[in-house]
Amino acid sequence: MVLSTLEELSLATDVLVVGGGMAGAWAATSAAEAGAKVVLVDKGYCGTSGVTAAAGPGHWWVPPDPPAARDAAVANRVTSGLGLGEADWMYRVLDQTWRTLPTLARHYKFGVDDEGRVNYRAVRGPEYMRALRQQVLSHGVTILDHSPVLELLARSDGSIGGVRGQRRQDGGRAYRIEAGAVVLAAGGTSFLSHLLGSRTNTGDGYLMAAEAGAEMSGMEFTAAYTIAPAHSTMTRSMAYSFATYYDADGRELDIPFGPDQTIRLARALQRGPVYCSLHRLPDDIKARMHTISPNVPLVFDRWGIDPYRDRFEVTLHNDGTIRGIGGVRVHDVDGRTSVPGLFVAGDNASREKVAGAISGGGNVNSAWALSSGVFAGRAAARLARSAKRSGGRLRPLGRVGREPRRVAKTVDLAALRDGVRAEMHPFEKSLFRTGQGLAVSARVLEEFWTELADHADTGTIASRETAALLATARWSVATAAARKESRGLHRREDFPSRDSGLAVRLLSGGLDQIWVAADGAPVDAKSGQLEAAS
Amino acid sequence: MIELIVADRCTDCGTCVEVCPANVLDAGQGGLPILARVEDCQTCFMCELYCRADAIYVAPDCDRRVTVDETEVMASGRLGQYRKHSGWDEWWDRFPNEQWLMETVFRRAGEAAAQAKVTSADVIRTK
Ligand SMILES: Cc1cc2nc3c(=O)[nH]c(=O)nc-3n(C[C@H](O)[C@H](O)[C@H](O)COP(=O)(O)OP(=O)(O)OC[C@H]3O[C@@H](n4cnc5c(N)ncnc54)[C@H](O)[C@@H]3O)c2cc1C
Repeated sequence: MVLSTLEELSLATDVLVVGGGMAGAWAATSAAEAGAKVVLVDKGYCGTSGVTAAAGPGHWWVPPDPPAARDAAVANRVTSGLGLGEADWMYRVLDQTWRTLPTLARHYKFGVDDEGRVNYRAVRGPEYMRALRQQVLSHGVTILDHSPVLELLARSDGSIGGVRGQRRQDGGRAYRIEAGAVVLAAGGTSFLSHLLGSRTNTGDGYLMAAEAGAEMSGMEFTAAYTIAPAHSTMTRSMAYSFATYYDADGRELDIPFGPDQTIRLARALQRGPVYCSLHRLPDDIKARMHTISPNVPLVFDRWGIDPYRDRFEVTLHNDGTIRGIGGVRVHDVDGRTSVPGLFVAGDNASREKVAGAISGGGNVNSAWALSSGVFAGRAAARLARSAKRSGGRLRPLGRVGREPRRVAKTVDLAALRDGVRAEMHPFEKSLFRTGQGLAVSARVLEEFWTELADHADTGTIASRETAALLATARWSVATAAARKESRGLHRREDFPSRDSGLAVRLLSGGLDQIWVAADGAPVDAKSGQLEAAS
Repeated sequence: MIELIVADRCTDCGTCVEVCPANVLDAGQGGLPILARVEDCQTCFMCELYCRADAIYVAPDCDRRVTVDETEVMASGRLGQYRKHSGWDEWWDRFPNEQWLMETVFRRAGEAAAQAKVTSADVIRTK
């Protein structure tokens, strides 16, 4: 298998999985179970990287019996999805999650509740990802850790036939992997907010898919935010369901637990610092907090704060496409994209068809990551088996941040990243959107993009990450500008109500020229009225 | 961010270098791992969880460096606390995984919120 030269490590496989989070690990497992030779590569370490690893994902979990329960769950979700969800996909995801999750019992000790029943749906992130790594290895999958993929490779017919990347703990040595099919499971992005576990999630999978010719869908739904103690990453919200909030003068704020809690909190934060107390959390829960979510009390303990008596300052971190929605458009529940040989899973894929226009956080995201991983792995294995390997040359698809359009010169990548943060995180730009504000963001991001595309030539991990962040931010802003209404996670101050004519998914894409179009519209609509000013 | 590796405890097993998702550490030359890129630390506490020697301390501050006093941290009992409460390794039978209680908490919070609404509506009506 190894045809390595000193310069470039070279491998060949049937299925190549990019990303070793929940979705990638399940994809590798199912591809291997389908008989494929599998290689999985992660930017960090499969087992600790990705947003599942430090969290505690609850899965969307409804047993098939009684059937009415699933019907009710699906009907509810279709309603709350505000026109963008699809019942068929929801049934498929529910069923696959219910079948697959318990199979991890060989590697994961599922919790047992006070009545002695095994609970499968709520898992602890660190143990879950450690178990998934063990499962992947037990199937004979080759894992390359600390090996970010930098670009896809295409065959002469445009289908995807491999990747190129860099091994960052091996002196930055380049690697190249030829594959029968590629599954992108590189996660979403929170645009470098301090969302727990999201540092390696810079949207690389979106950029690579777009360079291959795939479209994005739902990129306007990036306005999810999660509470955390100020200066911390601990965006785990359970305890805050019982929170009481105060302003700087100690006056209690009216921020009840419920659907508009984030909005109220954001408005309060725009007025000044907000403090929180968890004294209302029931005593029996307080006593077990360290075994429910061990990292949550850790933060308070180290700061010498008693969260059940003291008031502590809180903030909101942006979730981007991680607890928000948006990603590569999928043509079938099996993760097929519009590019032959390229599959997507998890946050790398658009979850609108199961989550709709609202967040999939809380349970749908995990069920999607798991089941889309299983589906995509299986489909990729099937394709890899049937694909005729031409043996022809593979063409690298990476462009921005690899070869300058104009003259190469030093680009301040840190400044560009901070620029992305400054457009994507502030509430007044992302949560309370206006047409005017979005137009300004679009112009600013465009300038950054031009700077990077014109001058960056290094093709380093950092320059590719920056390109991915910028591309993702531009699709998000352009799509938000095109959706002139408020729907779910997308709020427009200048269009506060829902427009029934816009109960459609919005596709977006393009690199130097961004386009936005309604899903299902004829192709030439790409240049029609929905096109965002770029 | 990761602020401290206690030399007396570190066994130089290399695990923290391997598992850090953000590639913050470099292997030392036959000694302590080196905190090579602390500014990349994502404050996920994974290095602590995987450190069987309980030699690593991560400060909760994700956006600023803080000074950490080794003697104080040693005395505080905080080294290894996350691994212990997570029931890892030798702690497996004493600290059960109770993640499943999360959904109970959300349900009770929802009920409490609904109750509070009813109560305040009642107050308004009787006023
Ligand atoms: C704090 C928190 C709590 C959450 N709780 C819940 C919950 O209770 N229920 C729920 O449904 N959802 C929850 N979510 C969302 C859920 O965790 C995600 O939807 C899910 O983890 C997505 O899995 P993934 O595998 O697609 O992405 P990730 O787990 O993020 O994995 C992506 C992987 O790709 C790797 N990668 C990135 N770029 C590259 C590259 N260029 N080359 C190689 N590898 C790369 C990353 O290192 C990472 O390991 C939560 C999210 C957070 C942040």
